[in-house]
Amino acid sequence: MSKLQPYFHSVALDIENCKGCTICIKHCPTEAIRVRDGKARILETRCIDCGECIKICPNHAKIAIADDFDALNKYAYTVALPAPSFFGQFQGPDVTVGKILQALLTLGFTSVYEVAKAAEHVSLAVRRYVEQSPIRPLISSACPAVVRLIQVRFPDLIEHLVPIQAPVDIAARFAKEDIMRKYDLKPEQIGAFFITPCPAKVTALRQPIGLENVWLDGAIPISTVYAKVLRVLPYLEDTPELQEASALGLLWGRASGEEDAVRAPKQVAVDGIRAVIDVLGEIEIGKFHDVDFIECQACRGGCVGGALTVQNPFLARVNLERLAKELPPESSLQLEKSFEERYNAGDYGLELNIEPRSILKLDDDFTKAIEKMELLEKTVAALPGLDCGSCGSPSCQALAEDIVQGLATEADCVFVLRDGVQSLAEDLLELARRVPGSISHEDEM
Amino acid sequence: MAAAGNKQALMSITYDIVAGDFVRGGEAAGKLKRVLQQLGLGANVIRRTAIATYEAEMNVVIHSYGGQLSVDITSETIEIICSDCGPGIPDIDQALQEGYSTASDDVREMGFGAGMGLPNIRRSADEFSITSTVGEGTQLQIRILHKAGE
Ligand code: SF4
Repeated sequence: MSKLQPYFHSVALDIENCKGCTICIKHCPTEAIRVRDGKARILETRCIDCGECIKICPNHAKIAIADDFDALNKYAYTVALPAPSFFGQFQGPDVTVGKILQALLTLGFTSVYEVAKAAEHVSLAVRRYVEQSPIRPLISSACPAVVRLIQVRFPDLIEHLVPIQAPVDIAARFAKEDIMRKYDLKPEQIGAFFITPCPAKVTALRQPIGLENVWLDGAIPISTVYAKVLRVLPYLEDTPELQEASALGLLWGRASGEEDAVRAPKQVAVDGIRAVIDVLGEIEIGKFHDVDFIECQACRGGCVGGALTVQNPFLARVNLERLAKELPPESSLQLEKSFEERYNAGDYGLELNIEPRSILKLDDDFTKAIEKMELLEKTVAALPGLDCGSCGSPSCQALAEDIVQGLATEADCVFVLRDGVQSLAEDLLELARRVPGSISHEDEM
Repeated sequence: MAAAGNKQALMSITYDIVAGDFVRGGEAAGKLKRVLQQLGLGANVIRRTAIATYEAEMNVVIHSYGGQLSVDITSETIEIICSDCGPGIPDIDQALQEGYSTASDDVREMGFGAGMGLPNIRRSADEFSITSTVGEGTQLQIRILHKAGE
């Protein structure tokens, strides 16, 4: 995938299906959607690819741009990196982690590497980081939508993010290094594909945050893989030797999995984008200062609630927990020398700083921002305050901001428009009543 | 507190604070934070202002009979005055010590009134002063330098 586009977004609009209903605009946590000319538009600088609009759109007009199986053809060797949440999609007493991994091989991947295994590494690295850092509270950076949310809406919390790579990035690197060593291949001959529960990860792959070297080559939605796996699953023998991750890593697929694995003295797990926004706001004003670690997941229920999953998230959670019972509970990683070596070598750390990308600023120039602010207040006061959304902006406040920024006009408000039409009509009537001098009043009769 | 230099307020906002309203407590600080973000002030300035105004607002909610938060934004500073009608503070030096609090037990159980309010405000502010008259009320003056557009 190329990283060249200025703002690549996985979440996009399927213009044919969009009816311009305005439902999505109110559910977007960053107010990134406007309906203009009867169609939804996503404002590129604001969108964090959380997928909320995909989940809410009744017409399936919001889609995720991701990879398909065709992408596998470009590589001599392919490795599937299934997200922990992927395993929760399948139910039934005969389903095992080994069978699901085996199914991925029958679909054409040369090998598999569980992201859950990398999650074990990340758990230990985060645990170590929490012990060493004086910053409180520390916020997990595993959910890319949360990281983007912090960049655009809570930039002053960036320093609270744990600068450790997400499990999938670690997985891609470890898997490829392994394959390169074993088969004497070059990195570009190997395609590493994430089986992803969410569009935010697809975006993170093309526009990485905090990473210079991306080892991942593509991301295929769980929803694309699901049916194919389901079809072959009943015919497969269990292959326990494929399965390597422990329960600790697998349970990252659902809310509180990361918290359970990190085991900070005082920790909190938050799921759902609204809850995350509330908590981040409270962290900003100094609450949570005695909490060591906060797991934040944009989707309710954690990754099993991702926009590209298929299974009901509550069922997926139960499925995941059932599978986890069959696995060794703990990772044996902490006993391995390789973890220490890698941690000390900085292998788990982010390579670049996470930059703020505030979207709230009215203007780069302070004096102009003040002027716009005054105009904004006046504009808000002139709007009805009903937040009806008919104008295509998510709230009266948002329309006022759009007006101030020149993206909309007051007449976009149906109420302002109606008042305008009414007074225009009255003026017309008034004019019509006036009789020119040359016409006698009798002529009217 | 005389305004820094001769700076005039470019923008003034006043928020009313209702005593005992824990549900809405923090709203004034939250609204102010958004305004500062829209003005594009630096993250550190916004954060310190948010902490100072939140603590000041909660003090009014917890200890007083009601008050106001007034904010003047000049080209270099954020001038905040938080005034309330209330019992006042008999011993200001004591109140400025960390951990000192007169909040009732049930308020403390809710996680408020840990006695960090005034010390937190003082730490967040570039300049801070407090006057209080027992039986009348308390006034906090907080100045935060924002070095325009930083
Ligand atoms: S993906 Fe999330 S941030 Fe982007 S437009 Fe949809 S709801 Fe808004």
